[in-house]
Amino acid sequence: MSTGVAITGMGIISAIGNNVAENYSSLLEGRTGISHISKIDTVHKGSIMVGEIEFTNGELEAKLGLGPNNNYSRTALLGAIAAKEALEDAKITNIKAYRTGLISSTSVGGMDMTEKFYYDYLESEDNRRYIEGHHAGDSTDKIAEQLGIDQSLVTTISTACSSAANAIMFGARLIKTGKLDRVIVGGADCLSKFTINGFNTLMILSDTYNTPFDENRKGLNLGEAAAYLVLESEFLVKKEKKKVLGYVVGYGNANDAYHQTASSENGDGATLAMEKALAVAGLEPKDIDYINAHGTATGNNDLSEGRAIIRVFGEDVPEFSSTKAYTGHTLAAAGAIEAVYSILSLQNNIIYPNLNFKTPMKEFSLIPQTTLKEKALNTVLSNSLGFGGNCSTLIFSK
Amino acid sequence: MEKVYINSIGSISAQKTFDNNDFLEEIVTYQDNIIPVIEPNYKDFIPPAAARRMAKGIKMGVVASKIALEEANLTDIDAIITGTGMGCVRDSEKFVTAILDNNEQFLTPTSFIQSTHNTVAGQIALGIGCKGYNFTYVHSSVSFESALLDAFMQLELKEAENILVGGVDESGDHTNAIHKLIQHIKPEKINSKELLHSKTGGAVFGEGANFFVLSNKKQDYSYAQLLGIKTYNTLAKSDLVANLEVFLKEKNLTFGDIDVLISGNNGDIDYDNYYSELTNGPFKDTQQVAYKHLSGEFNTASAFGFWLGAKILRTQHIPSPVALNPIKIKGLENVLLYNQYRGKNHSFTLLRRC
Repeated sequence: MSTGVAITGMGIISAIGNNVAENYSSLLEGRTGISHISKIDTVHKGSIMVGEIEFTNGELEAKLGLGPNNNYSRTALLGAIAAKEALEDAKITNIKAYRTGLISSTSVGGMDMTEKFYYDYLESEDNRRYIEGHHAGDSTDKIAEQLGIDQSLVTTISTACSSAANAIMFGARLIKTGKLDRVIVGGADCLSKFTINGFNTLMILSDTYNTPFDENRKGLNLGEAAAYLVLESEFLVKKEKKKVLGYVVGYGNANDAYHQTASSENGDGATLAMEKALAVAGLEPKDIDYINAHGTATGNNDLSEGRAIIRVFGEDVPEFSSTKAYTGHTLAAAGAIEAVYSILSLQNNIIYPNLNFKTPMKEFSLIPQTTLKEKALNTVLSNSLGFGGNCSTLIFSK
Repeated sequence: MEKVYINSIGSISAQKTFDNNDFLEEIVTYQDNIIPVIEPNYKDFIPPAAARRMAKGIKMGVVASKIALEEANLTDIDAIITGTGMGCVRDSEKFVTAILDNNEQFLTPTSFIQSTHNTVAGQIALGIGCKGYNFTYVHSSVSFESALLDAFMQLELKEAENILVGGVDESGDHTNAIHKLIQHIKPEKINSKELLHSKTGGAVFGEGANFFVLSNKKQDYSYAQLLGIKTYNTLAKSDLVANLEVFLKEKNLTFGDIDVLISGNNGDIDYDNYYSELTNGPFKDTQQVAYKHLSGEFNTASAFGFWLGAKILRTQHIPSPVALNPIKIKGLENVLLYNQYRGKNHSFTLLRRC
């Protein structure tokens, strides 16, 4: 197995907790964060369910010590909170001591403010400060500022629902090639009318709790979240005697090249992504102890991903589960959320239950892990699959 | 480490650049503060039925990439990496407008789907059946350079042989209207010949798609070698020269080795002084080139600068409309590009004759 890139810190905020510890206890207790919409003024309030974070923007601004004239989108607010926790967890006090970069990801960016002030901008000066906050890179720039990262490599990836997995992948490669000594990687996405209505027009939103890999699954619940990992070079880990939480040992990205939004029936892209990640890690399928599946609970995803898992693992599919029933599908953040969950799995030798599963799918005999399970874990594979045929796999090890 | 080459190009810009045989022989001048691209006949490249469904950004990206792939004589590619500041922003605008105007009713998914930032990269992959690595960077004025860096790393390490890299952004009405309100767009309509000497704040907004095949296999038709890219989220004016010196040193170069400086001046009096640090500093006796008076400013305008650098090195010719000073030397070896937007997200890109 390749030695991989060391993970020395992590931070997260999601519908099931405002930090790593809260997320982990919700995972253990089987506590879902899915509920009816309370913070967004939408006509779909009563008919769909989402994974919302309890804090209001005002509360998040107060936590970050931002003044009343700030122009942070909710994406930037969530991202800054999670990234700061990751940095603290890695016990980094002097950010300028080494070449430190930030690779973030988002799909929504500042759309929450744009949709709120879209016509208002033309009429009144009051909220025009948010205009500059719209583009996807703005939340990343703000997170960099919050962390004190300057004169450095800071960029943003947006490949729909695989974005954060790709940010982790690119960050790991930047460490491997020696371009950076350490890098904060992850993603953030807030809920917005834009995404709620977008997914609604695609008719893939569930009106109840999502049920990944269930025969009667009705679609996904959207969620909002942010999560970041700190990756550090081997040299730095040794020099600073850093505590290593786990390693990114494998990564693979491939394109399904099948349809703009739907996944191919046989999961070509997902199969390729998993195969590439295994090759980079120098692992065989039998070496994987647990799969944290993308498992969005849409008809299309779970079938395509399930078939891809069977293509890669054959008869010996390890325990697998999707944690989307806890958090909802957090889009560009999902890959980072599930990376944090994967590391927690490795640290605690715990496999999370795939909540809400009742009936096996008729197309294959795959059954997700439905109860909390203790198992000695050395490797966890995590999938993230998105629009534009974008398929990504990460493999983490102890 | 393998060397990395620019093997082909494809450009759709506010100039007639979609024919690779031309090199800015005819310049189109504009008297405006927003300028559109000169579109090729898309039907020559895409079946009309498919083209009708495509957003402008997708059409531009798909066609620019086709031009680049054809020139490199490739039908498939190992990876597709794009940069875009705003994605297909017209569809984002369309979808927001529909949500607001119809109170979230009667919506159709097309504009939502096309608004996703990686739509262009996804559509290119779909069009040529490319199942390889597919990434999209969306970080303001370093969107394209981030894509370039990613490709450069893969090619240096031989993880791929041919990678399609491109920058694409389309212009959107609402986005332009609100950027006028905050003076990111110049208040006055200005002649493109006067733009670089403008005394006002803001830029002239544009759009475009510039795609390239990068490869670690040099060909007879290669345009240039890509020596390196470096991006900085922040950079104080006073630190610019020192950071550039470090970057050049990493490539075993000094200021004196640079034959042409291509800078991203956009005529914004508040921010063009970053470029002055170089043009009046270490490169005051070097040939200087600028391009945003021809292309307009957009998040991936620097990809047009990259196109210009590749063309200059291959043809060993600097068309007079892009020359900033009268200095002329023969034997152009090293070209340096510097770009930033509103004082943030700076990049240095280094090209060499091959």
